[in-house]
Amino acid sequence: MSEADHGARVRVRRYSGTARLNHWVVAITFVGLMLSGMALFHPSFFGLTALFGGGQMTRWLHPWMGVVLSVAFLGLFLRFFWQNLPEGTDFVWLARIRHVLSGKEEYLPEVGKYNAGQKFVFWSQFVLISVMLVTGIGLWDQGLAWVAQTFGFVPTMDQRRWAALLHGSAAILAVTIWIIHVYAAIWVRGTMSAMISGMVTGGWGWRHHRKWLRKEVGNRG
Amino acid sequence: MFPVIPNPTTDKVAAKFTDKDLLRRSASTIQAPAQRQPEVAKLIDVSKCIGCKACQVACLEWNDLREDVGVNTGVYDNPHDLTANSWTLMRFTEWENPQTGNLEWLIRKDGCMHCEDPGCLKACPSPGAIVQYTNGIVDFVKDNCIGCGYCVKGCPFNIPRISKADNKAYKCTLCSDRVAVGQGPACQKACPTQAIVFGTKDEMTKWADKRIADLKSRGFDKAGLYNPPGVSGTHVMYVLHHADKPSLYAGLPDNPRISPIVEMWKGMSKYAGMAIVGLSAVAGVVHYLFAGPNRVSAEDEENAEKLAGGKS
Repeated sequence: MSEADHGARVRVRRYSGTARLNHWVVAITFVGLMLSGMALFHPSFFGLTALFGGGQMTRWLHPWMGVVLSVAFLGLFLRFFWQNLPEGTDFVWLARIRHVLSGKEEYLPEVGKYNAGQKFVFWSQFVLISVMLVTGIGLWDQGLAWVAQTFGFVPTMDQRRWAALLHGSAAILAVTIWIIHVYAAIWVRGTMSAMISGMVTGGWGWRHHRKWLRKEVGNRG
Repeated sequence: MFPVIPNPTTDKVAAKFTDKDLLRRSASTIQAPAQRQPEVAKLIDVSKCIGCKACQVACLEWNDLREDVGVNTGVYDNPHDLTANSWTLMRFTEWENPQTGNLEWLIRKDGCMHCEDPGCLKACPSPGAIVQYTNGIVDFVKDNCIGCGYCVKGCPFNIPRISKADNKAYKCTLCSDRVAVGQGPACQKACPTQAIVFGTKDEMTKWADKRIADLKSRGFDKAGLYNPPGVSGTHVMYVLHHADKPSLYAGLPDNPRISPIVEMWKGMSKYAGMAIVGLSAVAGVVHYLFAGPNRVSAEDEENAEKLAGGKS
């Protein structure tokens, strides 16, 4: 047991096995896409292509990883959509972001399964991945051939240029959101186990997601 | 007649330019040599072209390329577009001149313009996949090409094509291998009417002036040289009888330049992007140093136990 447990006896299930598997498929492809994308983003990162077996392989692999990520992310989206709908207390939470950052959660409203920050990560990644999927197909010869055959749509050269600019810009934002996501999981101790074993301690639930904990405890009858 | 470039000697000739003569190299910072080679240029005199396609044949022949047998759709263009194998293409336009009432057959040999400021090279993410020699030739280096197609988006003339066979980009090399040993490009060599001539850029500009004077004396008062300043000039230039309207010639861009979208994509967005990502990583570290980890207290666990009662 980790040092944060304080001998916790209450344990609560936060994520099922399939939810965790789904999450890690997204996580691994995201990191793969980030590293291969950085290689194509700026020459100073071109050396990262060695991780994927050279430049040609990187160029070939990147879109396919994107397809896997898009499908897997859709799984996460459908799975967690309802719990990420905004609610009134989210605005109170956001207004008190100062207390969030200093870890004074006693000044925050009780939070359900997700707080406003997590919802922000969820929705912004949904938008950014959608943008990267569409613009990514626009930069991908095989993808464009499929689009031309299926929908009869062939983008103009300027549209392809926009696709390149938007794809890179969306990627920057997605990586920034990813840094926030990973940092929050490290900063808020006891969070990682939710995505590794699926379990969190009762104290973790009490501290960070009390409304969710009450509901879970209530369900146990 | 322009003096014909003599046939080459059969002796071994040292290359006139090598990798030491690079002006630009894609995705790389290089020190260009202090001394530039004399800039070369190919001059295509549209008014002298008879549309025989000898240049297309010579190009395929010299570069050992084969084009697929195509389909006739009722136009003279064959193939219908540039391909990964056809690096040059005669484009035929029928235009009724409203001033004279004449039907003019405008035939333009399309292909890489070898821009002084090449958009393909600017867009290329792979170090050394596109190079520009100090003599102005822009060349693709197959071994370094990753087939991403960014050069296609960077090009203001829509020239590079990605091969379906090896997923690499191809275009006219200005016969850099021939020029390196003092020869003109294969298309120029094959041209029966001297519609294509080759030499230094100065020579070509002077020759063009003569041709333009001749055309003007024949009533083409808008005749002129196509050497677009938007890309800092090109190393393939056209003599056009209607230089005021380049787009008449199968959509030759009137005012080509590297698209501002490409400039933004390859310029500001890179620096802004790296700054945003770098700052957010730094912000994380700083926050951790000041706020420390957010730990669950023993009190939190006790409260959870009380809440759960005997239900755990």
